[in-house]
Amino acid sequence: MTAADPGAWRRLDRRMLLIHPIQEIPRALPALLAAFVAGNGSGQGLIWSAAALAITLAFAFSRWFTTRYRLTEDRAEVSSGLFRRRVRAVSRDRIRTVDVTARAMHRLLGLARVEIGTGRSDREEGGGVRLDGLTAAEAATLREELLHRRPQAHAVPSDADADAQTPLDAPAEPPEIELARLDSAWVRYAPFTLSGVVSVGVVIGFAFNILNEAGFDLEDWGPARDLADSLGHAPVVLVAVALAALALVAVVIASTVGYALSFWDFRLTRHPGGTLHVSRGLITTRATTIEERRLHGAEISEPLLLRMVAGARLIAIATGLRVGRGAERGGSLLVPPAPRGEVQRVAAEVIGTAEPLTCPLVAHGPRARARRYTRALAGWALLAAALAIGHWAIGGPWWLPVLALVLLPIAPLLAADRYRNLGHAVSGGRLVAAGGSLIRRRSAVAAEGIIGWNVERSFFQRRAGLATLTATTAAGEQHYDVQDVEIGEALRVAEQLLPGLTEPFLERPS
Amino acid sequence: MPEAPDVPAPTAVSLRPPRHRVSRTAIRYWRVRAVSGWLVVVAAQIVWLALTDGHRGLHALAMAVTVLVALAHAIVMPQWRYNVHRWEVAPQAVYTRAGWLYQESRIAPISRIQTVDSERGPLEQLFGLADVTVTTASAAGPLSIEGLDRATAERLVDELTTAAQATRGDAT
Repeated sequence: MTAADPGAWRRLDRRMLLIHPIQEIPRALPALLAAFVAGNGSGQGLIWSAAALAITLAFAFSRWFTTRYRLTEDRAEVSSGLFRRRVRAVSRDRIRTVDVTARAMHRLLGLARVEIGTGRSDREEGGGVRLDGLTAAEAATLREELLHRRPQAHAVPSDADADAQTPLDAPAEPPEIELARLDSAWVRYAPFTLSGVVSVGVVIGFAFNILNEAGFDLEDWGPARDLADSLGHAPVVLVAVALAALALVAVVIASTVGYALSFWDFRLTRHPGGTLHVSRGLITTRATTIEERRLHGAEISEPLLLRMVAGARLIAIATGLRVGRGAERGGSLLVPPAPRGEVQRVAAEVIGTAEPLTCPLVAHGPRARARRYTRALAGWALLAAALAIGHWAIGGPWWLPVLALVLLPIAPLLAADRYRNLGHAVSGGRLVAAGGSLIRRRSAVAAEGIIGWNVERSFFQRRAGLATLTATTAAGEQHYDVQDVEIGEALRVAEQLLPGLTEPFLERPS
Repeated sequence: MPEAPDVPAPTAVSLRPPRHRVSRTAIRYWRVRAVSGWLVVVAAQIVWLALTDGHRGLHALAMAVTVLVALAHAIVMPQWRYNVHRWEVAPQAVYTRAGWLYQESRIAPISRIQTVDSERGPLEQLFGLADVTVTTASAAGPLSIEGLDRATAERLVDELTTAAQATRGDAT
């Protein structure tokens, strides 16, 4: 099926009619089994499963019949779907990568799968443009066609696609500038990261599992029984306090060990080639290289406990580095939990200016403050009410709703703190967005890293004249939000950062 | 009031709505979609009612509440949505607005468009409607226009893909 007319719609290779069913049947297996079991009940198991199989096959075949693609002068288009028709169009200039893969079955039939990658950051199912099933020759031609004739085929190096986390095997050229290195005194922040809670839980669970597997009965073990007996005579409060203290000590030790393991020999260096380099770790060593032209900003994050002891950590906002979860924060962590001043100093070095990290923030005003309180209190009240109703209807433990009521005073404290931390600024061509309480964050995103704006307004926000301004970006978290800011101010910020983009859509009262 | 950079000037600037509405047929489409969604909930409640004995009163109350909420939703939501859902393509940017209780306006530069998708679900095919989604390099930034008539959707996809091609580079 060679393309005589380059703009004509083409189909996948016919041999895919063999592969699609083989791909589809394992996926439909649970449904097929369910049909068989359900049918067995009525004594017609075979008929039911045959019908289910027929439907599955029909679906599989339909994939070939419904999928078409074409290449025109300026774009690639793929149309697919039986009930849900979908056409995806990509400008040829946006095509970054063309992956050709062939699995065993494909290779047997001389086929290959082509995946056309653009600069989109979400790599979920359906994110890229996929053509499953061209002959190997067609796939190779298509790749040529797509990547060839590109005006800047290699002048523009791929951005988000290329892996930003390249392990560094050989040491780089010596003239590197050290921006930060681990100070052994920082380990005092380890207990405040709570990272040990998980490990202690895992260890306890693991120990119990082993004891169970070995058929070891804790209650029959002499020392444990003696301990339980003596504890049985001690006052309950004392036992609880002792257990809590024990757990606390374990968590502190585990956190400290974890901190040392992860951040041992931590170094953040800047290399003359325009890269930042992070290396750390005792047993598992980790080296991350971030190209500075992909680094669009940095975020200082202060979880509540760490904030209480004036600690913070620094996270990179870079394209191609997805923000991880947990204490390690994947490869985007620039400084592990350390003194806030030190983190601010390094952040200023990294982004080249200290101002966005220390400049005063524009507060969001009394209506934003009121919203913090209503949201915290209403949320808490709803929770308490739900627990109470649950107790009344299903009969959950009685102390849950009571506990919720007793803890109610925490809500306004949280709200006050959330308002205190909330703010934004435009400083040095960067959007500074701050907020949060349990984890306070301050992120500075460079304007050139911002792609577009989302202005979100709930019913109540509209009544209060507020909006949530979201800067969308291909870097880091993909979106950075300025919460509950006055709508006029939000638009002023947007216009200031990306002049001209919002201008045509603004309305000024005359 | 002096306009110091740190003090938000009390401006009355706001976003004007985008120029174009979606197809009027979308009102009926949203209504049918809402009603069919609620029918599933009601059906589930009927099954629940049939299978269990106790708590009759509670069940009846839950059912009544569901029906009331469903009615209100099916009556109010489609027209409201129709008033809110709008789109516009300016020379430099795409601008959309969507939602009803919770509304969201999105603006993306044409130079940052990655793909332009059009999609027609089974129900939309019945009404002759299509959705158009413009994606950018940010996972948080796709602009969706729901409930366009097919001809407009096709024209829009064409226009946007061509416009995106006009900007060179890979747009991240």
